[in-house]
Amino acid sequence: MTPGAVQQSGLSLRFAGAAKSYGDVEALKPTDLTIAAGEFLTLLGPSGSGKTTLLNLAAGYQEPSAGRIFIGARDVTHLPARHRNIGMVFQNYALFPHMSVVDNVAYGLKVRRLARSEIARRVEAVLRLVHLEGYGQRGVQQLSGGQQQRVALARALVIEPDVLLMDEPLGALDKQLRRSVQLELRRLHEEHRRTTIYVTHDQEEALVLSDRVAVMRDGRIEQVGSAGDLYDRPVNAFVAGFIGESNLLPARVTAIAGGQAQAEVDVLGRSLTAAVAPGLQPGQPAALLIRPEHVLVGEEPGVTAEVAEIVYLGELTALNLRLESGATLWARRITSHDLRRGTRVTIGWKQEHARIVPT
Amino acid sequence: MARYRVETACLLAPAVLFLLLLFVVPLARLFSLAFTDEGGVFATFGVLAESEVYRRVMLNTFVVALAVTLITVLLAWPVAYALSRLKGFWFALALYGVLFPFWISVLVRTFSWMILLERNGPINRLLQGLGVTDQPLALLFNDTGVMIGMVHVLLPYAIMPLYAAMARVDRRLLLASDGLGAGLLDTFARVYFPLVLPGLLGGATFVFLLSLGFFITPALLGGANAITLSMLIASFVTDRLAWSLAAAGSLVLLLVVLALLAVAARLLPLDKGMFAR
Ligand SMILES: Nc1ncnc2c1ncn2[C@@H]1O[C@H](COP(=O)(O)OP(=O)(O)OP(=O)(O)O)[C@@H](O)[C@H]1O
Ligand SMILES: [Mg+2]
Repeated sequence: MTPGAVQQSGLSLRFAGAAKSYGDVEALKPTDLTIAAGEFLTLLGPSGSGKTTLLNLAAGYQEPSAGRIFIGARDVTHLPARHRNIGMVFQNYALFPHMSVVDNVAYGLKVRRLARSEIARRVEAVLRLVHLEGYGQRGVQQLSGGQQQRVALARALVIEPDVLLMDEPLGALDKQLRRSVQLELRRLHEEHRRTTIYVTHDQEEALVLSDRVAVMRDGRIEQVGSAGDLYDRPVNAFVAGFIGESNLLPARVTAIAGGQAQAEVDVLGRSLTAAVAPGLQPGQPAALLIRPEHVLVGEEPGVTAEVAEIVYLGELTALNLRLESGATLWARRITSHDLRRGTRVTIGWKQEHARIVPT
Repeated sequence: MARYRVETACLLAPAVLFLLLLFVVPLARLFSLAFTDEGGVFATFGVLAESEVYRRVMLNTFVVALAVTLITVLLAWPVAYALSRLKGFWFALALYGVLFPFWISVLVRTFSWMILLERNGPINRLLQGLGVTDQPLALLFNDTGVMIGMVHVLLPYAIMPLYAAMARVDRRLLLASDGLGAGLLDTFARVYFPLVLPGLLGGATFVFLLSLGFFITPALLGGANAITLSMLIASFVTDRLAWSLAAAGSLVLLLVVLALLAVAARLLPLDKGMFAR
């Protein structure tokens, strides 16, 4: 391998109208999604939104109630998990409690009946990869949470899976450890470019790790895109609220033309034009989205507001601004001490930073 | 610290005293009888060692106990597995099915078996009716009868620990094994069985020890043809009034059991995994 060349391992994964219901509960509505070979996709969404269900369908732990699933060109819809060559990292790791670290990691190779020397070589290499050299003989119950997480990862990686699936693997770790393991995961992905689906609750984690993020709600993927796409061009208020902070003011769309909407925003007492999310129809419930860092304080001419609350966040300060209509907005700016509670200010924003989204 | 120790001692005292007075003291008294023969301190043990009957009975008792343990565990496995997979009403029903016999005295259950296993009892009539056999089978007053009765009484003691171990097996471990490419046999042999093993061994040990000392069931179902150690010890007392022999026989049994337990604890992972989450 030439230095710097990126080794690409893994196959693409495709859901074609795949759905799963349990009785009346539609855990996953019919879903089309393609994860390219070598891509890192994060599933982000609230509890019960169907993230684990999607992962289980990919892994083969459950069969879809409709639709098909492909790994590479192969239709795996009805293929049991053991024939799919996937690596799964469970939320609670699911390490075999009666085995040592080495035996856990070697498991997938032993059941493939590889030669003992080959197993030893690969286990040693993968333990080095996750920085667990010297821990091989320990029982897995004698490890810290972060170490167990890395054993689970090593166990999944050692079989050289076509697709790597991780279900909230860092859920049990404290914030500091999460941060360092996140960076580790990113390094591993950059080295090996293995097709990966990663489930998390944590938007920051999603942004740090992934090529693309899929935001899920109620068993449906609301939007898939790069972190920048989701942040700058959310398709609806839910996605906007889930990625980053947002101000959402109720708006009435009166006309749409050329990707711009004309909208009445009653709480501002005015009508304005802004970019609009695709698919929105006039008359549909909608909101004006402005990110707090885009709210400019002291802008003339502007909307008058009163500082209701000041929250210092270190280098940034969050301001809660009450409009004359009683509605409130958050603004963020570099900390300065010229404002205090009750100060009257005028606020505004650049037109390109406002967006109309369906609610 | 010292205060806690006093409190702990006070709290433990009633239980310790109770056990001491009602269990340890009588046992020590019984065993001391073993050394009171007029022929010398260890004379009774000499008598036992030379007795052909005693040796045969001892051997037979262990063989029967082993066979009973094996059969019980084999029968307990599917029941425990079913229990571990059932939910709600069906689980409750099955659990009561397993525990129900505890509400009926062993004596009553044993007498019921006598009626069922009789020469002209329902089981023999059924077998003959089905043409399985033309002669009535000898099911009573031999080792077969003893084993049938003992397996029936001891089954719950094997099912419960086994069920507990099976219920504790995390389903995700089986999924993990499956996802790593293991076939059903590999998953069973490498993950499920090792995790259930402590419960299996616990149950088996329980059944084995209980069947070594079983009295009522072998006495009624085995009779004079299938004498076990407990029956022999009882007959030392009731027929021959040889208290020292009975005490020596009991002591030997206890020592053998303790030795077996020590070996088992050494060899088998009795505690490993049993308390692990
Ligand atoms: N075995 C099941 N039987 C019935 N309903 C189920 C089952 N598994 C999941 N569900 C339902 O399907 C929906 C999606 O569940 P899923 O586990 O995929 O959510 P999730 O996004 O992983 O949530 P979390 O973040 O809490 O793990 C939920 O409403 C859940 O109650
Ligand atoms: Mg989940």
